Amino acid sequence: MTRSPHTRTTWIPRSTETAVHALLRALVEPGFFADGAVQTAAVLGGVVAVVAGLIGVFTVIRSQAFAGHALSDIGSAGGSSAYLIGLAPLWGFVGISVLAAAAMERIGVQRARGRDVATGIVLGVGFALASLFLYLGMTYHNGSGEIPTILFGSVFTLSSSDLPLVIGLGAVALLVALTLYRPLLLASVSPELAAARGVRVRLVGAAYLLALAITVALCDLTIGAILSTALLVGPAAAALRLTSRPHRAALLAAGISLACTWLGLLLAWDSFYWPPLRHGWPVSFFIVTLVLIVYLAAGALARGRHLRG
Amino acid sequence: MSDQPPTMLTQPQAATAARAGGGEKVLELAGVTVELGGRRILDDVAFSLRAGELTGLIGSNGAGKTTLLRVILGLLAPTAGSVTVNGPDARHSVGYVPQKFMLDPDLPVRARDLVALGIDGHRLGVPRPSRERRERVNRMLDAVGAGRFADARIGRLSGGEQQRVLIAHALINQPRLLLLDEPLANLDLRSAREVVDLLARIAREQRIAVMISAHEMNALLPVMDRVVYLADGRAACGRAEDVVRADVLSRLYGHRVEVIHVAGRVLVVAGEGDDAEPSHPHHLDPEEH
Ligand SMILES: Nc1ncnc2c1ncn2[C@@H]1O[C@H](COP(=O)(O)OP(=O)(O)OP(=O)(O)O)[C@@H](O)[C@H]1O
Ligand SMILES: [Mg+2]
Repeated sequence: MTRSPHTRTTWIPRSTETAVHALLRALVEPGFFADGAVQTAAVLGGVVAVVAGLIGVFTVIRSQAFAGHALSDIGSAGGSSAYLIGLAPLWGFVGISVLAAAAMERIGVQRARGRDVATGIVLGVGFALASLFLYLGMTYHNGSGEIPTILFGSVFTLSSSDLPLVIGLGAVALLVALTLYRPLLLASVSPELAAARGVRVRLVGAAYLLALAITVALCDLTIGAILSTALLVGPAAAALRLTSRPHRAALLAAGISLACTWLGLLLAWDSFYWPPLRHGWPVSFFIVTLVLIVYLAAGALARGRHLRG
Repeated sequence: MSDQPPTMLTQPQAATAARAGGGEKVLELAGVTVELGGRRILDDVAFSLRAGELTGLIGSNGAGKTTLLRVILGLLAPTAGSVTVNGPDARHSVGYVPQKFMLDPDLPVRARDLVALGIDGHRLGVPRPSRERRERVNRMLDAVGAGRFADARIGRLSGGEQQRVLIAHALINQPRLLLLDEPLANLDLRSAREVVDLLARIAREQRIAVMISAHEMNALLPVMDRVVYLADGRAACGRAEDVVRADVLSRLYGHRVEVIHVAGRVLVVAGEGDDAEPSHPHHLDPEEH
């Protein structure tokens, strides 16, 4: 690990350097920006955060948070099965999420009630599989180090070779959401209104579910299958408390998500020097806690605005 | 489709021409029959709608009004019969305001966003904001009297306000046919009156065929050119003055009603006693008289 604080000067304007420098030195333990693992984590985590924020807004608008959560829990089955057969977890996360999304669509995710039922059924099956694969994985590989990684993520252990796939998958999810932006929004207001305009509501819903499945798989990778809903839904819900325009909400959610992820990385890096010394706290804990704080703050802000008129 | 801004409510077009029934046929239904779950909901329904005319679709709860509108929209295929929307690009020349639906108060969609979705909500991609587009939306909102709450989230508007926004959403693409399902259901008398007047003006000035469903026709009587009555799955249709008559309506409602003309308006009131003939409304056939 290189621990040269001077690498920071590349992005700090000269005139303000000393003040900011001093502040950063107090805030950031040495070496944060120079460390290779941190750089990879910042880029990967950043890409995933932006995708999660943008896609998450529609998840909240469409009341599909439960479906998103189910997809991520099922993702743990995918991650553990990939681990069992020696594949990268991301393949497992993506494969199983997309399959589960297809199953949910078939069972009837388009109607609010059918949606909960379909989600619940798929969720149960997913957990059963996950427990089996994790058990088998532990037995065959004779170790349990991977299990917390699959369940709670570990963005610092990702390698830069994951980057092309993560960016590619993120791009697919964003492309679907951007392409369907208007029909999706209209169908979220009223499926009847959209159908009357010739929108194929079911097809649009299915395509969105695919984008959701991919996004959830990416979140599984960075912050873990158990916590990924928080990154998907939290920033979006906070943004929706603050603005009444759909595209602003999407951009704001992406920003919140990115800020929480990067600040979370920083705190996790700092926590290396907290007790228990030289172990570091899990980064997912920081990210999710920050998301929660932003969500609560957004609520207070919105209420304050409301009271003031 | 024309990209011209709507010339809503500004054209001094002769309402009398519409009254005279001179408009071309916009919609034609022939022998439309619908069966759902083994039940015949609509039975051999036939009528046509003309440009510039306002038609009331009247029937009690469960009579099949929504079903009929869904058939016209192409959302439901009839078991038999045909629906013809005349003119090019039939699908996008029909505007629709669905029966009251629940809107999430937290939905991040302002009134003006929903109206803008009326322009191109079915298209792929993200909308490109432009001054012209914004002005077109503003004009539309003003035309339906929704300018005041243009920036409010639609889920937080009152029923009457939502109704106006939905009408703007349906109208902004200048459809030739506008279908509204129970638009007056949650409105107080004054708002209902305002919405009806607005729709009548739209029909005359824009030369649009407007069809409004209602289970209670009083609010529509002053402006309705034609009536389509639904009862027992069958439809009776005709000019308002031919159908809104004591004998016809008594049979239709299954109890005695009186039709009273006061101060240039027609009032339909429940009649004295219950000496009505059949308890089931009948098809309006000339030979039945
Ligand atoms: N999908 C369906 N399957 C079976 N029956 C249906 C279906 N949809 C509607 N119906 C039946 O068709 C009849 C007409 O329904 P519709 O909604 O058209 O009535 P309506 O005139 O719009 O009533 P309201 O004034 O209450 O809105 C009702 O008896 C209803 O139960
Ligand atoms: Mg109805």
